[in-house]
Amino acid sequence: MIEKTGAATIELVKSKFPDKHVLVRPKAIIECYKEIPCNPCETSCPFDAIYIGSDINQIPRIDFNKCTGCGICAQACPGLAIMVAMIKDGKAYFKIPYELLPLPIVGERWSAANRYGDVLDKPCLIENVKKTKDRTTIVTVSIEQPYLYEFATIGSKL
Amino acid sequence: MIEKELVIIGGGPAGLSAAKVASEAGMKVALFERSFSLGGQLIKQTHKFFGSESQYARVRGIEIADILINETRKHDVEIFLNATVVGLYKDNIITVYQDEKYFKVKAKAIIIATGASEKFLAFENNDLPGIYGAGAVQTLMNIHGVLPGKEVVMVGSGNIGLIVSYQLIQAGVKVKALVEAAGHIGGYLVHASKLRRLGVDIITNTTVKRAVGNGKLERIVTVKLDDKWQEIEGSEEVIECDALCISVGLSPLHQLLSMGNANMLYVNELGGLVPIKTCDYETSIPHVYACGDVTGIEEASSAMVEGKIAGLMAAKHLGFIHPNYDSLEAELNQQLCVLRQGPCGEKIRCGLKKVGEIYD
Ligand SMILES: Cc1cc2nc3c(=O)[nH]c(=O)nc-3n(C[C@H](O)[C@H](O)[C@H](O)COP(=O)(O)OP(=O)(O)OC[C@H]3O[C@@H](n4cnc5c(N)ncnc54)[C@H](O)[C@@H]3O)c2cc1C
Ligand code: SF4
Ligand code: SF4
Repeated sequence: MIEKTGAATIELVKSKFPDKHVLVRPKAIIECYKEIPCNPCETSCPFDAIYIGSDINQIPRIDFNKCTGCGICAQACPGLAIMVAMIKDGKAYFKIPYELLPLPIVGERWSAANRYGDVLDKPCLIENVKKTKDRTTIVTVSIEQPYLYEFATIGSKL
Repeated sequence: MIEKELVIIGGGPAGLSAAKVASEAGMKVALFERSFSLGGQLIKQTHKFFGSESQYARVRGIEIADILINETRKHDVEIFLNATVVGLYKDNIITVYQDEKYFKVKAKAIIIATGASEKFLAFENNDLPGIYGAGAVQTLMNIHGVLPGKEVVMVGSGNIGLIVSYQLIQAGVKVKALVEAAGHIGGYLVHASKLRRLGVDIITNTTVKRAVGNGKLERIVTVKLDDKWQEIEGSEEVIECDALCISVGLSPLHQLLSMGNANMLYVNELGGLVPIKTCDYETSIPHVYACGDVTGIEEASSAMVEGKIAGLMAAKHLGFIHPNYDSLEAELNQQLCVLRQGPCGEKIRCGLKKVGEIYD
């Protein structure tokens, strides 16, 4: 289906998440489902948590034991296919790469969207905005935990 | 007549890379570019590139152009801008058109790196103002800062269609839909997912039947296609839009090579008419080489590597041996193998096989 719609199904998404108890610490969720000649995620990770190998067409594999959730790979990935997820106090926290204007501001409420671009029932809260030199901004948001597997990006300011 | 050692035609990633390596090997290089700036397709690419570090993965296209241009500058390459090569004749003579004048140049060797041109799509009213090729939209938007419209429909889901759609969204344009004739998305899924989560409807098995508007585009009529690409009657739908962007592929700019009577072959997988070449990238015309998209539509990553090999070989055959010849040759061929290894490389591998290059 993803080959037709561009959106990963919930099953596919879940296959990229670790068990929920692992998410008490932030972990990278790598949604790169097709073999493409690409490896910046592997080469950018300072903790050697991502493996692709010498055939750069392989799909990246992550070792959640090594991943610290630093988010460096999320900023490096040219496909904007990586986010960092964490669960804390009944809320899901995400670090997402963002390349649109206007940039959100900490404290604002924004609508959230799923992988089909549908707006979610609940908004999210902008927790942090980290501008970077390479112009992919890393935005941290929180949303209620039930949206853990649904949240994909922020929509517009509410 | 002006005489040059090595002439390179085209200042995109392939031509610039060839210029660098051939100069390193000791050749005096003259590069002719028809545009007002170097960089080819790269100067319109604001997104981060794929590939591995040796091809500047995760660097934005426009920044890769800067890196390549600076490297060429370091090497004392003679650069002619706004200089279109309009003819390739016997004995490696070319005609250049610059500043409303024509002049002839004779070269010991020539590398052709002219890239590609866009294919267009036939449908009713496809000449209405508001209907553009994806390349034109990129030029308007990313070079001249002009938006093509307020609400756009994109045709074609290859990487170019996907990337230009994303750039349109970044520029504040609403991309209402992306239609694709095939049954699945053609480009990388990561690019498609990026659009989908921003609300772009991706509609497969569908094409544009007709454009409608009074003096300018106002809406399009789409139609569903069955598995044999036949229109399904009664499946027409109307989408309101003031711009339509066509991205249905590129074909190699083969004209110079055809004019020079190089042996050519039509290879669908490579995008059209391409030169038959040796593994040293030499065409059937002695000392005339070709590299990059003009030898088959691929990526900037492979165009850069091919350009380096062409530069290396053009120099070698005239007795200029690059100081790192052996290691470079092996490393560059290895890079191409890796880039073309996976399922995305299947089409190109299949096409290259038809012109005699084997990647298995
Ligand atoms: C929207 C888009 C996105 C892309 N994204 C990626 C990506 O993410 N990663 C990637 O690796 N690749 C990407 N590409 C592909 C990449 O840009 C091309 O494969 C690459 O630029 C080909 O390089 P080239 O040097 O062969 O040709 P070009 O870049 O096309 O350069 C050819 C040059 O030759 C000049 N020229 C042509 N004819 C003449 C003549 N007669 N006389 C003088 N000069 C002439 C042209 O003006 C041009 O400057 C993308 C392309 C597009 C359009
Ligand atoms: S989040 Fe940091 S540690 Fe985890 S995989 Fe990405 S770069 Fe490596
Ligand atoms: S950098 Fe991104 S697109 Fe490239 S392989 Fe890694 S996850 Fe996939």
